[in-house]
Amino acid sequence: MHLESLPFMGHARDISNQTPPAACCGINLVFPGDSLAVRKALLTVQDGLKGMGVGDDTRSIAEIVLAEVLNNIVEHAYAGQDNGVVELHIHKHDKKLKMAIVDDGLPMPDNRLPNWTAHELDVRRDDLPEGGFGWSLIRDLSSDLTYARRNSQNRLSFSIQMNAQ
Amino acid sequence: MQLTYQDTNNTRIITVGENRIDAAIAISFKDKMREITDTGPKRIILDMEQVDFIDSSGLGAVVASMKQVDADTKLELAGLSKTVAKVFRLTRMDTVFTIHPDIQSALGGGLANAS
Repeated sequence: MHLESLPFMGHARDISNQTPPAACCGINLVFPGDSLAVRKALLTVQDGLKGMGVGDDTRSIAEIVLAEVLNNIVEHAYAGQDNGVVELHIHKHDKKLKMAIVDDGLPMPDNRLPNWTAHELDVRRDDLPEGGFGWSLIRDLSSDLTYARRNSQNRLSFSIQMNAQ
Repeated sequence: MQLTYQDTNNTRIITVGENRIDAAIAISFKDKMREITDTGPKRIILDMEQVDFIDSSGLGAVVASMKQVDADTKLELAGLSKTVAKVFRLTRMDTVFTIHPDIQSALGGGLANAS
């Protein structure tokens, strides 16, 4: 199911040598790397997953993880750059939703994924954290997390376990 | 950014009229909250009944809103959807905020004389 096709497929698509999942049974999106496009993509993915018969709980987890992954790309990989493009591929495999995200932005620090970090909440109100929750949410809710930097692209992949409905 | 409020029983009820508190509106949410909570009752309840989704930027904006009220003012939350509650639970922010199932229970059952 090809839900959306936009005319500005970028560099990411041109030099990709990875075959995307068959169009019959997944979601493939290409969209601009800005926060309003991310919001729209997340809503499109929710509709697509519903169409694939994915239940509420799994869709809710997928939305939380994808939002963090995509926001990180907008805020860090494409920091300040307004012509970035994001590719997203989702397909079902063995009771898992397999997700792959490609962008042409800046690499992760040290070319690796940030670690899970605990937040200190037993502090004065003024010292409570207002950020840094993203990677903890991603690591808590996903599995098979991989990151590679190749051909000036970031390639992130992970799985969401599909709950019995 | 849709945020409206009404005062009742020495409490300011702020209603979020958005489906999502996400990275796209986190900063304007925080700014508008500052404006609305600058004066008024010392108890504030944020009614999130209409909010289907929150991301970590939105969560950060809610935490920032709580930090920017006066030290003697309390910001509580009500009406968290399943997904929103999950984000609060996973980040343990549910231990930082007082969270009510809905506005009626937050007010102890009576919303009769809302002004």
